[in-house]
Amino acid sequence: MSDAKDAILRRIRDAEAQAAAAPEGRVARSYRTSTESTAGQRRELLIDRLLDYRAMVREATPTELPATIAAVLSEAGATRVRYAPGLDAALLARFDGEALPDDPSSDPRLLDRVDAVVTDSHVTAAATGTICLQAGPTNGRRALTLVPDCHVCLVRDESVVYGVPEMVARLDPLLPVTMVSGPSATSDIELSRVEGVHGPRRLIVILVHPGPPEATPG
Amino acid sequence: MSTFLGMPGHLRGVESFPRAAHRGLTNATQRHNLTHATTTIRDKRAAVVAELDDWQELRAAGSAIKRDVLARLPELLEQFEAAVTARGGIVHWARDAAEAGAIVTDLIRATGETEVLKVKSMATQEIALNEQLAAAGIHAQETDLAELIIQLGHDTPSHILVPAIHRNRAEIRDIFLAGMPGVDPDLSTEPADLAEASRVFLRTQFLRTRVAISGCNFGIAETGTVSVVESEGNGRMCVTLPQTLITVMGIEKLLPTYRDLEVFLQLLPRSSTGERMNPYTSLWTGVTPDDGPQEFHIVLLDNGRTRALADSVGREALKCIRCSACLNVCPVYERAGGHAYGSTYPGPIGAILTPQLTGFESADDPNGSLPFASSLCGRCNEVCPVEIPITDILLELRHRKVTEYPPVPEATMMQTLTQLWSHPRLWNAAAGMVALGRVLGGRDHTITSVPGFLGGWTSVRDVAVPPKQTFRQWFAGSEAQHLLTAARRGAEGEA
Repeated sequence: MSDAKDAILRRIRDAEAQAAAAPEGRVARSYRTSTESTAGQRRELLIDRLLDYRAMVREATPTELPATIAAVLSEAGATRVRYAPGLDAALLARFDGEALPDDPSSDPRLLDRVDAVVTDSHVTAAATGTICLQAGPTNGRRALTLVPDCHVCLVRDESVVYGVPEMVARLDPLLPVTMVSGPSATSDIELSRVEGVHGPRRLIVILVHPGPPEATPG
Repeated sequence: MSTFLGMPGHLRGVESFPRAAHRGLTNATQRHNLTHATTTIRDKRAAVVAELDDWQELRAAGSAIKRDVLARLPELLEQFEAAVTARGGIVHWARDAAEAGAIVTDLIRATGETEVLKVKSMATQEIALNEQLAAAGIHAQETDLAELIIQLGHDTPSHILVPAIHRNRAEIRDIFLAGMPGVDPDLSTEPADLAEASRVFLRTQFLRTRVAISGCNFGIAETGTVSVVESEGNGRMCVTLPQTLITVMGIEKLLPTYRDLEVFLQLLPRSSTGERMNPYTSLWTGVTPDDGPQEFHIVLLDNGRTRALADSVGREALKCIRCSACLNVCPVYERAGGHAYGSTYPGPIGAILTPQLTGFESADDPNGSLPFASSLCGRCNEVCPVEIPITDILLELRHRKVTEYPPVPEATMMQTLTQLWSHPRLWNAAAGMVALGRVLGGRDHTITSVPGFLGGWTSVRDVAVPPKQTFRQWFAGSEAQHLLTAARRGAEGEA
């Protein structure tokens, strides 16, 4: 194999000599890398984007959270639920059905028998409605938020940033990351968007913030 | 599309673009489907691009980052290899399609599996990986909806992002009914129902299959991180559930730093699907214990990329991030359709990338016709998110084509003209004979069909008959001489 590597690197060096291309120096980053905004503005923008992707959105204060989680799970008709093992079990205390922490060493295929899953999230970009799940105790392993058909995702106020640059800056490159912007979708048939192919067909986002919840959209 | 000279691949068709385009132009269903689809996506793209007031700055940064990658490729590739290896991944190098195919085949054989899943990937399509695996007795199941439509319909892709763009819902329903085992015979033509059918068909395979193959949108040299940008979740399934993951990545797909994603994750979704962000992006670095495949291989593919790199103008095509915005705005693509290009890469980007990856193998190499498959209107330059000067490269490649293989009839004609123009007697004699062409005009003095290789001229237009005499004949005659004498007298009289 190292033969191929040497050959390719040699071809590249020959090509460079032939093209006599000058190295590009420093890359000018004159695009926006941060945008001033208040938590309220970011939340409003995020809700707009999530609804545009046809995700379901709820708002809750930390004290209301267990009741809200129980409510959305029963509205979704879920009876068997798994949650990221790092989540506080008290969050699921109000739910009537079976709610168990995910065992990361178990076969991920078994998650196909689960109705819904509850996880936290790491960072969210309001401008694009993109929620980042960074594999770990509170966001779960990647399969947890993929195999079940319904994902209830907590997005906490302090984790919402304005745009993509601020979002990427908060990620750990060594951990697996899944960026989620709405439920699974396809535009492969006549470019008309259809929600729900292989990933969770239902994405329910609960925005957790200290203020009194405004009228719940959607 | 076909294999060529023994090397597997889908980079060269069997006939020239003008010939192949004729079929596309006369296919009314395909033209209708393409017009509908490209118009829709053009509008969506324009709307989301207009939302960003720093779009031009993002494009400039995207272009500069990619140029930097091309200028430092050996260093970045070795950095990437070291980072992937440090995180438990295994890096392979492949000079061409056959070598890449052999590496992937051996890796799959080592697992003992004969069925693998695939995420849509241009690199694996380019090297005809499915066909190479089939020859080794391995079935590669496509999981992207459009690729599934292509695979079940024994068809070939015609668009970078939406490979089945040339098919409408009724055609897709028929393909599913004919090719998808266990499908509901009453399947409707609703896109939602068709998507549901593919979900059901693939679900058991996602849960059962132990090996998957993916492409890669961006590989980060600094960290060894690999990414798949997608919509449906089939990509997530493939990079998460199997035990073994094999990723095939073109060597130009690198980005120097993780931070660079902040540019490309803004440029790519808005340019390709016209969304603010695509539904799912997966990023992973080597192997993570208890999460995802525990065996990860990545194959770094050259397959002509270093050939393109050697051209100071053409190398800019290697900045391409496969968004397909240039296809969607191209008047030639919209009418001819993607199959006419004969390559995995159709449209404006295909017209410059394909010939550079393969070179021109002969005077009538079909890929030699691709740089001419453009009206040079320049819309593609404007929408390209990494500022590839597509029309400049088209002109450069046209120049290279005629330099390497001067067209024979043209060269002969030019030589003959050189002779005539350097000998006035010969010229007079030859020009005098043009008047004989009047017989072609018949009674209405209009020529509707010219014989021989000039016939193409009259296939869409008429030609006026030549005058009875040439200017030089007229000038030597008495009428001209009278006029001249009169004019001289007049001039003297005024003086």
